[in-house]
Amino acid sequence: MTTQAGAAVATAADQVDHPAKTVKGSPKWGDILLRVVAALVLLYLFLPIFVIILFSFNDPKGKFNYSWQGFTLKNWANPFKFPALTDALKLSLNVAAVSTAIAIVFGTLVAIALVRQRFRGQTAVDTFLVIPLTAPEVVLGAALLTLFLDLGWATGYVTILIAHVAFEISFIAMTVRARVRGFDWTLEDASMDLGASPARTFFKVTLPLIIPGIVAAAMLSFALSLDDFIITYFVSGSTVTYPLYVNAAVKASVPPQINVLATAILVISLILLGVGTLYRRKRIDA
Amino acid sequence: MAGVASSSRQRSKIAPYLMILPALLYLGVFFVVPFFSLARTSLSSMGGSVYLPTLTFSWDFGNYLDAFSTYRDQIIRSFTYSLVATLLCLLLAFPLAYVIAFKAGRYKNLILGLVILPFFVTFLIRTIAWKTILADDGWVVTALGHIGLLPAEGRLLSTSWAVIGGLTYNWIIFMILPLYVSLEKIDPRLLEASKDLYSSNTRAFRKVILPLSMPGVLAGSMLVFIPAVGDFINADYLGSTQTTMIGNVIQKQFLIVKDYPAAAALSMVLMVIILVGVLMYTRALGTEDLV
Repeated sequence: MTTQAGAAVATAADQVDHPAKTVKGSPKWGDILLRVVAALVLLYLFLPIFVIILFSFNDPKGKFNYSWQGFTLKNWANPFKFPALTDALKLSLNVAAVSTAIAIVFGTLVAIALVRQRFRGQTAVDTFLVIPLTAPEVVLGAALLTLFLDLGWATGYVTILIAHVAFEISFIAMTVRARVRGFDWTLEDASMDLGASPARTFFKVTLPLIIPGIVAAAMLSFALSLDDFIITYFVSGSTVTYPLYVNAAVKASVPPQINVLATAILVISLILLGVGTLYRRKRIDA
Repeated sequence: MAGVASSSRQRSKIAPYLMILPALLYLGVFFVVPFFSLARTSLSSMGGSVYLPTLTFSWDFGNYLDAFSTYRDQIIRSFTYSLVATLLCLLLAFPLAYVIAFKAGRYKNLILGLVILPFFVTFLIRTIAWKTILADDGWVVTALGHIGLLPAEGRLLSTSWAVIGGLTYNWIIFMILPLYVSLEKIDPRLLEASKDLYSSNTRAFRKVILPLSMPGVLAGSMLVFIPAVGDFINADYLGSTQTTMIGNVIQKQFLIVKDYPAAAALSMVLMVIILVGVLMYTRALGTEDLV
């Protein structure tokens, strides 16, 4: 997913809770055609995913896992066969966690300021935060590289972290902003009217209100960091993250373990998504 | 916005500035300053030896002229491919977003989840999968060959169509979601009203749905076009030397050839064109629909 992705995903996720609207009417030819086209588009979205899952069971003869050779379970029996791949994945998880932890603080503070406060230059701050989301990744990567060259910094783990935090801040700010807008902030006044201190109000009222938005933003930021290739490619030096490993593999040899891990990540995301939905539903029911 | 004005207690005038300061400071140093570095590099001239190149700032606008003349094809190609991919995204995304918004009923959340799911797989691995699907001995090429729809090259992989197809696939989600959001906001009663007033389905679509979905169309087009125009992975994995885009040049010049001024000049050109577009957009429509 690129930088612009998550924010759009977040906005759509916000809409999910709305009650279903359906235009009544008997099905007509046009209606059926429309549904068929929509189903085909959905199938198209899944086509590469089917291929990725299928080819995790492939038994390739050569170095590349591009054509079907025969069914095997040995890739799944040995998902961590290539230490370089495993190390790259671990590094990516590390970068995603650390950069998100830093960016979530900066991003959430800005988001709350934008929603809760009225201050001079608000529109300018708003526009300024959107610009990083709209900068093509190749340009952002190039710009950061020229800065590091100017400063004479060696590229590696630290520069990757710096770059990831830079693109995550805007996203988190925009996602949290979209999520906390429209909350009933008079609850804070109520809390203070009842004698709670501002600190107690923050921890007992404000934080529980905004936490779902922050969690959603953190998950998006984590996913984006894990998936980022282009910006990382410019600022990584000789450090290899998961997408960088995959890119190098395309040029040299693609082990089916790449498909195994991709499928595993997909399944884990699916489980997390399911658990999240159930948890939310339970909370709403309770 | 009712709650905003009501609680002024306990809030000082400097509080909001303290809250925005860390982020602005960080983005100032690691987003704005890099662009000054980029601009400076784009106006520098290369000196020294191949092994130890030196950059001297010299207002060398020649880099820009060189970038335009040397990479004219790649610039035109990037914009053409991205434009076609954006239009394809719009054509494919509209029916799906429409069905989710108006016809999915209780399956709405499920279908939305399904739409997002493929994008949990790393972008690079999805693109590699397209390599398999579009391969010369794959079933897609065979099927298209039978019905005579193959492009003139007699294959799909390494053609412009493969690159455009990859760009379309990888960013279609940014078209589907904003379109869905703007369609979802349309009150179905407006459609019923148009039917009551004897408008045909086509007319209702043209006069009600299309105008009201415009914010989604515009936001989606921008969110697809911008990453597509700077991309180099699709051209690299699915294309050939005949299908290189600006991104490929910037990447190669920066990381392999190490001709920093030329690469920086090209990056600046790309950024300025996009920035003008974005500012025009936010002036007209604000930032709300975008994210």
